Amino acid sequence: MASNGGFQNSGYNNDRPPSSTGSGDADVATDPASSSFFMNDYKKHDDLKQMLDTNKDNLKLEAMKRIIGMVAKGKDASDLFPAVVKNVVSKNLEVKKLVYVYLTRYAEEQQDLALLSISTFQRALKDPNQLIRASALRVLSSIRVPVIVPIMMLSIKESCNDMSPYVRKTAAHAIPKLFSLDPELKDQLIEVIEKLLADKTTLVAGSAIQAFEEVCPERIDLIHKNYRKLCNLLVDVEEWGQVVIINMLTRYARTQFVNPNRDDMIEEESEKAFYGSDEDEEKEDKEEEEDDKPKKKPYVMDPDHRLLLRNCKPLLNSRNAAVVMAVAQLYYHCAPRAEVGMVAKSLIRLLRSHKEVQYIVLSNIATMSVKRKGMFEPFLKSFYVHSTDPTHVKLLKLEILTNLGTETSISTIIREFQTYITSTDKEFAAATIQAIGRCASTIPEITDTCLNGLVRLMSNRDETVVAESVVVIKKLLQMQKREHKVVPQEHKDIIVHMAKMAQDITVPMARASILWMIGEYSDRVPKIAPDVLRQCAKNFINEEDIVKLQILNLAAKLCITNSKQTKLLCQYVFNLAKYDQNYDIRDRARFLRQLIIPGEKAGAFAKYAKKMFLATKPAPVLESKFKDRDQFQLATLSHVLNTKATGYREIPDFPEVAPDPTVRNVEVPTAWVADTNLLAQKKKKKGGKVKPAKKKSFYSDEESEEEDEDEEEEEDSSDETDSSEEDSSEEEEESDEEEDEEDEKPKKKSKKVEDEEDEESSEEVDSSEEEESSEEEDEEEESSDEEPQPKAKSTKAKTGATSNAAMLLDLDLTMSLGDTLVNQDAEEAEVGSTVANPAAVGKSDFLMPVLAQDMSSLSIGGDTGRSTTVTAPSFIPTKTYELLNRITGGGLSITYRFTRTVSIFSEKMASVELTLTNSSDKPVLNVKIGDKKLQSGMEIFDFPEIGNLGVGATVTATMGINFADTTQPATFDVCTQEKKFSVTVKAPVGEQIQPVNMAENEFDKQQGKLSGMNENSGTVDMATENTDIKTISRRVYEVANVVQVPSMQDNTYKFAGKTLSAGALVLISVKLDGRKAALKVNCEKMVIGSMLLKDLKDSMTKKD
Amino acid sequence: MIHSLFIINNAGDVFMEKHWKSVINRSICDYFFEVQSKAATPEDVPPVISTPHHYLINIYRSQLHLVAVVTTEVPPLFVIEFLHRVMDTFEDYFGDSSEATIKEQYVVVYELLDEMLDNGFPLAMEANILKELIKPSNILRTIANTMTGKSNVSGTLPTGQLSNIPWRRTGVKYTNNEAYFDIIEEVDAIVDKSGSTVAAEIQGRVDATVKLSGMPDLTLTFMNPRLLDDLSFHPCVRFKRWEAERVISFVPPDGSFRLMSYHIGTQNLVAIPVYLRHNISFREGSGGRFDVSVGPKQTMGKTVENVSLEVPFPKSVLNVTLTPNVGKYTFDPVNKIMVWEIGRIDPTKLPNIRGSISLQSGAPIPESNPTISVNFTINQMAISGLKVNRLDMYGEKYKPFKGVKYITKAGKFQVRT
Repeated sequence: MASNGGFQNSGYNNDRPPSSTGSGDADVATDPASSSFFMNDYKKHDDLKQMLDTNKDNLKLEAMKRIIGMVAKGKDASDLFPAVVKNVVSKNLEVKKLVYVYLTRYAEEQQDLALLSISTFQRALKDPNQLIRASALRVLSSIRVPVIVPIMMLSIKESCNDMSPYVRKTAAHAIPKLFSLDPELKDQLIEVIEKLLADKTTLVAGSAIQAFEEVCPERIDLIHKNYRKLCNLLVDVEEWGQVVIINMLTRYARTQFVNPNRDDMIEEESEKAFYGSDEDEEKEDKEEEEDDKPKKKPYVMDPDHRLLLRNCKPLLNSRNAAVVMAVAQLYYHCAPRAEVGMVAKSLIRLLRSHKEVQYIVLSNIATMSVKRKGMFEPFLKSFYVHSTDPTHVKLLKLEILTNLGTETSISTIIREFQTYITSTDKEFAAATIQAIGRCASTIPEITDTCLNGLVRLMSNRDETVVAESVVVIKKLLQMQKREHKVVPQEHKDIIVHMAKMAQDITVPMARASILWMIGEYSDRVPKIAPDVLRQCAKNFINEEDIVKLQILNLAAKLCITNSKQTKLLCQYVFNLAKYDQNYDIRDRARFLRQLIIPGEKAGAFAKYAKKMFLATKPAPVLESKFKDRDQFQLATLSHVLNTKATGYREIPDFPEVAPDPTVRNVEVPTAWVADTNLLAQKKKKKGGKVKPAKKKSFYSDEESEEEDEDEEEEEDSSDETDSSEEDSSEEEEESDEEEDEEDEKPKKKSKKVEDEEDEESSEEVDSSEEEESSEEEDEEEESSDEEPQPKAKSTKAKTGATSNAAMLLDLDLTMSLGDTLVNQDAEEAEVGSTVANPAAVGKSDFLMPVLAQDMSSLSIGGDTGRSTTVTAPSFIPTKTYELLNRITGGGLSITYRFTRTVSIFSEKMASVELTLTNSSDKPVLNVKIGDKKLQSGMEIFDFPEIGNLGVGATVTATMGINFADTTQPATFDVCTQEKKFSVTVKAPVGEQIQPVNMAENEFDKQQGKLSGMNENSGTVDMATENTDIKTISRRVYEVANVVQVPSMQDNTYKFAGKTLSAGALVLISVKLDGRKAALKVNCEKMVIGSMLLKDLKDSMTKKD
Repeated sequence: MIHSLFIINNAGDVFMEKHWKSVINRSICDYFFEVQSKAATPEDVPPVISTPHHYLINIYRSQLHLVAVVTTEVPPLFVIEFLHRVMDTFEDYFGDSSEATIKEQYVVVYELLDEMLDNGFPLAMEANILKELIKPSNILRTIANTMTGKSNVSGTLPTGQLSNIPWRRTGVKYTNNEAYFDIIEEVDAIVDKSGSTVAAEIQGRVDATVKLSGMPDLTLTFMNPRLLDDLSFHPCVRFKRWEAERVISFVPPDGSFRLMSYHIGTQNLVAIPVYLRHNISFREGSGGRFDVSVGPKQTMGKTVENVSLEVPFPKSVLNVTLTPNVGKYTFDPVNKIMVWEIGRIDPTKLPNIRGSISLQSGAPIPESNPTISVNFTINQMAISGLKVNRLDMYGEKYKPFKGVKYITKAGKFQVRT
């Protein structure tokens, strides 16, 4: 305990020896010393008691600090309880705080004494200071004394009506505490939770959901009414609450919405279902679904489902890894397949975080990558292993690389693996060999290459490497045999080679594998096999058990095929095994003997021995360890551990038919209040500028019109009938705010207990209330802006508000950002209080655009934007074009492809990735770009010179080309030290486009503008199998770098992009009518439009 | 959610424990010690450990293990992120988060831990809210407190806790109003034997130190925002405006904070600022030769500084005898790590180190050459080409002093030889 010196000596050397809590060497070391001063110790504690009994605050504080030191260290300080508990009434805040800390630690052990403190807390619960109320509730609920359960219940009920959201938050935290103390109270607590769920402040939302999750996660019906509010508030909730809310909403979405991928699942029979844990069940589902296929309508996503996905998306940019991961799992479990891909990028970003974060994220990626290769394929290189990574991170990266391997990428992956084999971390090297084996088994094209490589590894110096390769080779050969029915002849020498090694390898697993193989393929090595058996028999007793079993197997098999040479050996081995220490081996020997060397009364089985032993065995399946991990919800503890953790809830399967979506409807006006509330809050956050809010339907325009109407009707009717659903405060807000302003206080007051509520009525407004009321005022003012109200009314409102106008402004000062002007302009503000926010007067001129933006972003649909933002490509083509032929290039061949990434050289350039391969017999030196023959307006940014391209080497380089929106090819020279070649990069029009996000209405508007000459249209006949959205979008993406615009029209698919150089919009729409598809391309650049149409037509009609 | 926290030092001493629910005996840590003893290095301890009734989620940072005990299903990243935030807060409060500091400041630490979680769920994690609740102690305040009898604990609820901008406290006043932004980029790269880049990524961040009075509303714009396609923001940044206009608009927290971090992935071209020319060979019997030189490449005319190379030799290496023409080298015979401190690279005289390696007699020659880790710093340049266009301030009248600094550093920059 050398470090103890740093700790306050006073606090730590006084400790009594630990009674029950202590463990660990350090404590033991101090024991003898301190116990010898046992009496002295008591005296010291007396000293502390005396200090606590004085009325000097600083002595008390000193004593409390020392006691907390003991608590922190885990030493027992319980005998001081009586002395400490008295100080709960201390006026000194720090003493009080430390006493609270002490109480929560020891009250459970000293229940009777703890009761002494209760009345203090009860009194504090009525304190005008919200912090004191909150901390009293915290301690009261934390002391875990069963006797006070009724008091706790009462305080929670009272506090959840508190006007301070901070106190309400604390109340939400107290609920699970009480629940764990007395689960019988569940029903009462659910009532409280219901009330807190309806709370509209972001501060409370997270904690309320956490209480819900801990107490009554099965009561999903409580969420319905709050669903839309939660979705809309989500961005503003603090990050920890976000995690909890998203997790809960994931479960909600899985029970309330239908599977967005249902259509795909039917159409792609071959592809396995993504979701659900039980495959059989899934199959049944599929069959069922197929049965009713004819009458099935095309899938339309529930607008609420869309709302959730859309509101979670910005959280992918959170700084909190847990939030990003929560959104990722939401998308993985609940989003349409086409949209899941976008979470990949954010997950990759997390990989640069702390190693613990890296570990969890990687294990989640590993699971995702099993089913969705494509998602992470563009990020392949991010999973390359650094030599400094911890071993578990290395293994996970290896796993992912293996999962990602496809025909195209496998060669780079294998090359990367080769460097890993030489790693000094042998566990990692062995895992790499296994990974190679898995790649070889999944991708038949490379099996032979891998096999050869592995055979070469068998002569490696390192034993683990050799052993691992032997095991993997065995599996691969076995698999090949199944495919070709016999082991191809060329593998014979591998077996011979291995047989020769049998005696040198000491790793049991590898030895066993070799022996098994010799036995299995003994017909290939008839000469060597008996000799191997002879050598093994000699050394039988020294072998490991697993090897012994294989020797027995080998002996049995040889005895069947070649009994002349081996029968005696076989008998010898069986005899040795008969007396082995291991009963498995004895059993095996007995069993084999009966079959192979039958006695007089031969069993009926003996004659089938050959069939039994030399039957073709099923090949082992090499598959990812993460294959069945997806039975667990991603990002959970259970997923990481791969076992069910306590309290884990299965992620439910999507329902066949969506439950009634109207349960989520809330009465129209209320919804509006919630909305404006949000608006008001946002506005405050974003500069406090107010502009007449455009009246928006609750739903975005993206959703179909009729639905909106329906809903409003419903809501209207419910409005009439449904009177008392919402709690009183909401009603207040919804009806008319002016009266509310005056009414509210008395109402609230009446709820409170009289004793502390004196005449100070209007002055003693708590800041929280101020906030609320100011919000309301904002709303009010908005509404007055919206719909001109009688003047008299507004003046009345003003008089009502002026009494606390000063305070409201005060608050505005602290809450809103842009309005420091308020300070000097207080007068103006008061006068102009009809204008929502004084600052708007002063600064509206130059801040207006900001606001407009804010407003547009606030609309729930998020669809008003003229904002056409550039996004990442949805698809990265792998198609390569030849730039320089190997023959003409004298051994140097160059291919190129368009990466569709933003070129770092210039925004107007398309990134072109060149792959240079030297297939000549001497290195090519100084490869660079020489003369360029370009059309005007075109530009090329050279790739960096490649100094030396070795024999057989392949190098990739990236260059940027600005085609200036023409279809002219870029011609330039590629020079090497000796020669130069003139080459041409052709410009497919689709690659000169970059995807932009836009909303559907914007799309339609722009499409309307680009008519006439700018429009190119045509129809194509498509193969029936091509008519689903997935294929269509893939076909479009292959041709052009655009992004799909979410569309509400059936059978119409829209895509948007803009040209790289001039930024001219390119709009593509595909309207399906049976097998016919009407294609329309609108673009200002006519050439591009017509070319693109041609390319699209070609792509659409081509068959796979 | 989080039940208890134990802080354990490298010697295996549990020197602090905090329980947010009922007490869990510290013997639970024995499970952790068991796993720890199996791991080769402290970094290799798996972050999640399962025990019969509890789950231990731990992080290793500043030579300390923070072990959180949870009893039920919880997103593991939630806990890990929390533990790292705890350490961040300690560093913010005390300057560092070492064992000695935590022991010295145990009262504040304990008060902080108590304030951060309630029933295992985060209550107040924002640094400036905590700082208002529990004032960081410094000598001046300690003296003042003893004189006036005031304490470090605040009696009122911090205004931030209730506002929509919980990250900024109100009533900030400075005589010198200043805002500094550091754009720091780290290059992660793997360079293969032949000198070509296998993988390269840039991890960038913008750290800000903003000392502005009142409630300033700042807008930061970049010359080439399209470079940034994958980023994360401090909660203060208005994401919608970024999405729509590619400007960073925010009301800053008071003091130092990380405004944003971004990631430029392997799909983009990343310039590699240094190259290594190496020739390392082992020969049977005697030992081997070691010859490495370093040179600048694609540095846009800036000097490469603080260059150092770290070479982990195979275990069979006994010693190395090298002569550098610049800087000096050290060899750790226990871990077999050679570190060569170069300093700045002078392009006219390229740094070179050469000499011989002696191997253990009888040991087989190593089959692979070591992977060299390179460190460097380049000032005044962001390797991705990111450039700040301007910083505007709204909402306040004064003229702030503004500054931007660019630094490029090596992250995990490895050269395979």
